[in-house]
Amino acid sequence: MPSWNTVRDDFPALHQQVNGHPLVYLDNGATTQRPQVVIDAVSRFYAHDNANVHRGLHALSMRATAAYEGARARVARFINAAAPEEIIFTRGTTESLNLVAASWGSRLQPGDVILLTEMEHHSNLVPWQLVAARTGAKLRYVPVTGDEGKLDLSVLDQLLTPEVKVFAFTHISNTLGTINPVAELCARARQVGAISVVDAAQSVGHMPVDVRAIGCDFLAFSGHKMAAGTGIGALYGRRELLDAMPPWQGGGGMIAHVGFFESRWKPSPERFEAGTPNFGDAVGLAAACDYLDALGRAQLRRHDGELARLAYQKLSALPNIRLLGPAEEERGGLVSFALSDVHAHDVVTFADEDGIALRGGHHCNQPLMHKLGLTGTVRASFYLYNTAEEIDVLIASIRRIQKFFG
Amino acid sequence: MSADLTELYQQVILDHNKRPRNRGRLPTANRVAHGDNPTCGDQCSVYLRLENGKIADISFDGSGCAISQASSSLMTTQLKGKDAAEAASLYQQFHQIVTTGEAPEAISDLAAFAGVHTFPARIKCATLGWHAALNALKGDPIPATTESRLD
Ligand SMILES: Cc1ncc(COP(=O)(O)O)c(C=O)c1O
Repeated sequence: MPSWNTVRDDFPALHQQVNGHPLVYLDNGATTQRPQVVIDAVSRFYAHDNANVHRGLHALSMRATAAYEGARARVARFINAAAPEEIIFTRGTTESLNLVAASWGSRLQPGDVILLTEMEHHSNLVPWQLVAARTGAKLRYVPVTGDEGKLDLSVLDQLLTPEVKVFAFTHISNTLGTINPVAELCARARQVGAISVVDAAQSVGHMPVDVRAIGCDFLAFSGHKMAAGTGIGALYGRRELLDAMPPWQGGGGMIAHVGFFESRWKPSPERFEAGTPNFGDAVGLAAACDYLDALGRAQLRRHDGELARLAYQKLSALPNIRLLGPAEEERGGLVSFALSDVHAHDVVTFADEDGIALRGGHHCNQPLMHKLGLTGTVRASFYLYNTAEEIDVLIASIRRIQKFFG
Repeated sequence: MSADLTELYQQVILDHNKRPRNRGRLPTANRVAHGDNPTCGDQCSVYLRLENGKIADISFDGSGCAISQASSSLMTTQLKGKDAAEAASLYQQFHQIVTTGEAPEAISDLAAFAGVHTFPARIKCATLGWHAALNALKGDPIPATTESRLD
């Protein structure tokens, strides 16, 4: 049973020196570390139960299938989906969003509108550009208010017209830290008959997420941003929508019948899982759900939010700094900033010398950076194992950097 | 500060970063090329005035880290008066410096970039401006990118 007092002990990767300093890992927005229980669950699966799923009649295949389908049920419970069949395993958020755009999006027509926001990660932007180019649908964007980083909902009425068929937005911005009012946005989409697609990459592992309370049609996330492995993630979709969607990839596992000239598909979720899935990491994802729920996602949200608040407060006391995102409430566990005299990459290189892992750059958010007149920012993103002391280490490092370039 | 970092951020580099030479659009330019580093969003444009096959004047602008800014700045001071072949050969030497840390003799200020080789992720920062300059010399209308095979 994990405990908040000992969480750091659960993560082997945290206990190392980097450039002669204890590692301060503040790049959780990119990927989190994994606890030993997740690593063990994956190893145990490969050591004992490994076989292909859904096709063997032998003991190991049946065990592997049970483990894989058990993982699906666990993930469904994690986000309060109505049924395991509403969970499609994917490589991660990017693949989940591409799936919706390619499959659901294939019904779009010229004159239809895809509504996005200016704070979308490239993975919730480029797939829609691709489908727009294929179908003749048009893209529209909800603007971001500026450095404060909120969606300008005062213009939503003008944007969310009956031509809008899809409204896709992020739950927590990976660049600004903004937590968007997703339930409200989904309700607004519903009013005009548009489907809602939520990018939950930065939220699912950090706070309670309940797809039925949010009222979304689709929700995408990645395992590696919530203490599980890479190459695994999920797409939640409402069953009636999924069952009406065409496949997006063809192959084994997804067919009901194959002839030389035509085939019929299985229902969801198999319809969307062509080929051998990443069942090993699906087992790890289920273990991560157990781990996070044992700690409590409401507490996790409080912990991350408190660190972000502290970091924001301490950073804003520094000279020549520009902070992005909302100042107080509505901020997820990250802070993003630019120093006026030092480029983000120089900051990251210097901080690395102090053992601090940061991210610098456009964070896959180039159009937003452009709008804000920035080429990049430095981002410190927190997770359950980060501490207030680590924020002091960060601040001291930034001070040294400013002095060096000053 | 570690020796590697001091080596990377040499005084020459800090100086060029703070007071870039030949920065800004060159009004008399007859060649221009842009460089992008898609990984980090750094951008650099290089403006040339070619006269009789030689670089009569050169400038750059854009945005990026200290390494890319200083490298572009220093490059402009080195390329003035050179023709395409001389520029290419200078780039080869520069490339050797940033990838191996070994500077051929008589290469002057460019040797300040020897420290880059211990930070492989930063090599592209150092070469961005050079990519743009070589493309401008070729009269290449295509934006240079650090993802191209020219490295
Ligand atoms: C908000 C957001 N959306 C989507 C992604 C893409 O996730 P992945 O690379 O795991 O597919 C990320 C991760 O960088 C993200 O932060």
